[in-house]
Amino acid sequence: MIEINGVSHNYGKSKILQNISLSIKESGITALIGPNGAGKSTLLSLMARLQPLQTGSIMFDGHSVSQTPTRELAKTLAILRQDNALSSRMSLRDLVGFGRYPHHKGRPTAKDHRAVEEALDYFDLQDMSGRFIDEVSGGQKQRALVAMAFCQETKYLLLDEPLNNLDMYYARSLMKRLREIADTGKRSFVIVLHDINYAGAYANEIIALKDGTLAIHGPPQDVLETNALQTLYSMKITVTQHQDQLVALHHL
Amino acid sequence: MKNIGVAIVALFALSCFSLFVGVKEIAISDWWQSPQNIDLFFISRIPRTLAVILTGASLAVSGAVMQMLARNSFVEPSSVGTAQSAALGILLVTLLYPGSPLIVKMIVASVTAMIGMAVFLAMISRLPVTSPLLVPLVGLIFSGIVEALTIFIAFQTEMLQFQGTWMSGEFSGILRGRYELLWLCGVLAILTYVVADQFTIIGMGKDASINLGLNYKQVVIVGLFILALSTSLVVVTVGMIPFVGLVVPNIARRLMGDNLRASLPWVAVLGALLVLMCDLIGRLVHFPYEIPVGTVLGVIGSFVFLYLLYARPAHAR
Amino acid sequence: MHAKKLIILSVLLALACIAFMTLGAKGSWSFLLVFRGTKLLALLLVSVAISVATLLFQTISGNRILTPSIMGFDALYLLVQTLLVFTLGGFTYVALDGQIKFLAEIGVMLLAAVLLFSTVMGKGRQDLHRMVLVGIIFGVLFRSLTGFLQRIIDPNDFAILQGASFAQFSSVDKDLLGLGILLVSACCLIIWRLRYTLDVIALGRSNAINLGVSYERLSFVVLVLVATLVSVSTALVGPVAFFGLLVTSLAHFIMNTHRHAILLPASMLIAALILVSGQTVFERILKSQSTLSVTVEFFGGLLFLLLLFRGKMR
Ligand SMILES: Nc1ncnc2c1ncn2[C@@H]1O[C@H](COP(=O)(O)OP(=O)(O)OP(=O)(O)O)[C@@H](O)[C@H]1O
Ligand SMILES: [Mg+2]
Repeated sequence: MIEINGVSHNYGKSKILQNISLSIKESGITALIGPNGAGKSTLLSLMARLQPLQTGSIMFDGHSVSQTPTRELAKTLAILRQDNALSSRMSLRDLVGFGRYPHHKGRPTAKDHRAVEEALDYFDLQDMSGRFIDEVSGGQKQRALVAMAFCQETKYLLLDEPLNNLDMYYARSLMKRLREIADTGKRSFVIVLHDINYAGAYANEIIALKDGTLAIHGPPQDVLETNALQTLYSMKITVTQHQDQLVALHHL
Repeated sequence: MKNIGVAIVALFALSCFSLFVGVKEIAISDWWQSPQNIDLFFISRIPRTLAVILTGASLAVSGAVMQMLARNSFVEPSSVGTAQSAALGILLVTLLYPGSPLIVKMIVASVTAMIGMAVFLAMISRLPVTSPLLVPLVGLIFSGIVEALTIFIAFQTEMLQFQGTWMSGEFSGILRGRYELLWLCGVLAILTYVVADQFTIIGMGKDASINLGLNYKQVVIVGLFILALSTSLVVVTVGMIPFVGLVVPNIARRLMGDNLRASLPWVAVLGALLVLMCDLIGRLVHFPYEIPVGTVLGVIGSFVFLYLLYARPAHAR
Repeated sequence: MHAKKLIILSVLLALACIAFMTLGAKGSWSFLLVFRGTKLLALLLVSVAISVATLLFQTISGNRILTPSIMGFDALYLLVQTLLVFTLGGFTYVALDGQIKFLAEIGVMLLAAVLLFSTVMGKGRQDLHRMVLVGIIFGVLFRSLTGFLQRIIDPNDFAILQGASFAQFSSVDKDLLGLGILLVSACCLIIWRLRYTLDVIALGRSNAINLGVSYERLSFVVLVLVATLVSVSTALVGPVAFFGLLVTSLAHFIMNTHRHAILLPASMLIAALILVSGQTVFERILKSQSTLSVTVEFFGGLLFLLLLFRGKMR
């Protein structure tokens, strides 16, 4: 369980997050949505202790992110950031392999190698696993980064816009895969998504942020609804039903 | 607008003070009473003060022009290899034709300075415009390389001692008959003022200049010519002095903006003031010994430059 | 593959060492062995110090173009030295035991380096160009301050200072060799134990934290190690601006890997190979004294420009 309590965050004078309190249940997929600049990435990076908390607290299974040793946390939660400027020049296999570092501390075992190969297989990276990260396409790089986060095999995985740069095929298969894993009840995911339909189709719960405050927290049907979308994005969006799935026609 | 008169008065007052600082004490009340003192004044004190003022103004104006040509506010002739190339030229001509007159040295120095500057401009034209701080970086390294080359040659030919005099600027050797070339710098500064508008437009970029009907290439060449000439004049007579051309135009820009026509007088006066102040500090701190003005400016200038780097966002203009 | 390259480098280095010891040897062997041996030892020590310091610095600053010297570290050491003469006075300074003095200098150096550069590094990682520029200007500032202080120091003290600093490749300061070896080995031991962690740090701050490395603490440790290593090498042979850059670039080029377990020994070997063979050529064959450093600087500078233009900064 993730508990966020009274978290506020400022950059200088501007208030980015204001008094966010919520809890995210164990297992399942939670989608984090909201307009550009709403504070999604900031919240995620606070959860992943990439930035120090200014006020409030965040706990994973009762362990506070500001107090638990960072090497322990690395076995509990992993994050994929929205912008991934990597300074190292290394092969995709090596990059994915670093996801195992919290477990082997530099001395990979057979199990670690197996996990890496599985991830490479799964994300269709075997063909190019020897190529350097600056020698592959944007989507291929994104897949490698997702694979790396995956390899870390943490109970909680925070993904900031993982679908960026992915084509339709890989976007859908990634979401399906996450759903499968979530259904085993072993891992839970918090995913920042811009496509509301993905959120509706795959998430158990949706958290919507707007201007740094918590706007909505509930099941998809609370959000996939014309009025809610109107307040969130200030635009009129028709919602229809396809079989038993709500679909927002936001592109029309 | 702020009154430039105040700055000029300050410069004048400081110059008068400078006249009375020296190893031989001269009372203000009776300096004209002994012929020795009058001689001292006309042979040493007045030339020195004039040289300082001319040098300061010229360095600052050169910096402003260079910043327009390179379209980057973190460059100046002595930080992008122009002054170093001039020094290399002087060394070469001294080696090949020892005893050649000063004017020949100066011409050769101008030519090498010109080449150095052309190389620098060619290099930066290939840099991405999105990273303005790369320009001064390349300049600094380039000047380091030219300097290493110069030192290498000087070392091999046992001219190192000699070389040192051009590398670090100093006014202690200035006497009547040894500084008059610097008046040419004054003339060049005035010339710059005459064509100031064209440089301002060049600073807006090639497209803007063409759009405004300017012959871009021609103006750049005129600018290069003025820069090469005044830089090598200063290097030949007093040696290299860092940071003046970098710091002063930046301060003037804050006061007056990017319009050279309006800011050049300020640039000249502030440049003269800065160098005069540093020269005085150099003379007074360890009286009666002198600290070269280049060393003093190295300390003060780098502080101001660091401030400029931090106080401003990354876009250099 | 990597092992083979490392072995080749080691063999080349051994050959260079033999050439250094034997070429043009005249006179009694017992004297030569001691005389050249100490010098060789100093060169090797300096190679290790500079290459490791540079590699570490590049890892924590997240790029392959910065070196401690470009950021003004060795200028800072000279400034510290001058400051000590300035505050203590020349005679007290000379009367002090060389080793104690050296340790004191390193102490002050550590303090100054950590204070100055931890701020720059924190900000700089986002804006590399600014960081480099600030570093270079810091270097100018330190050098000018040193020059300034040397001018206002008592002329007698100045003579003392000149004797003390200005060590060069050709005139290595041998008194500090023992202590230097001790310090460098200690640093190397720590670094070798951190070699896997360093790989993770090279991934950048967020990635390192995400993978459970206490980034802030470790980069502090690394900064301290770098400052110590630079102090040792500057005390022994004086400042060298681009040598470290040359060495790490070659190591990256030859080894083509990101793994510190390989890069560390490789860059040590390359540095030693350049220094020992260069010194052999310049001292024994060309018979010219201090031009090795100028030559290295010249090519290092060219390489720096090349790297800037090829955009291989990151
Ligand atoms: N380092 C920073 N300094 C100052 N302000 C920042 C910084 N990072 C983010 N912000 C501001 O904080 C706000 C929230 O940013 P955040 O990255 O969390 O938004 P987001 O919801 O992830 O948006 P997007 O959908 O565009 O990714 C924005 O207004 C942004 O401008
Ligand atoms: Mg975001």
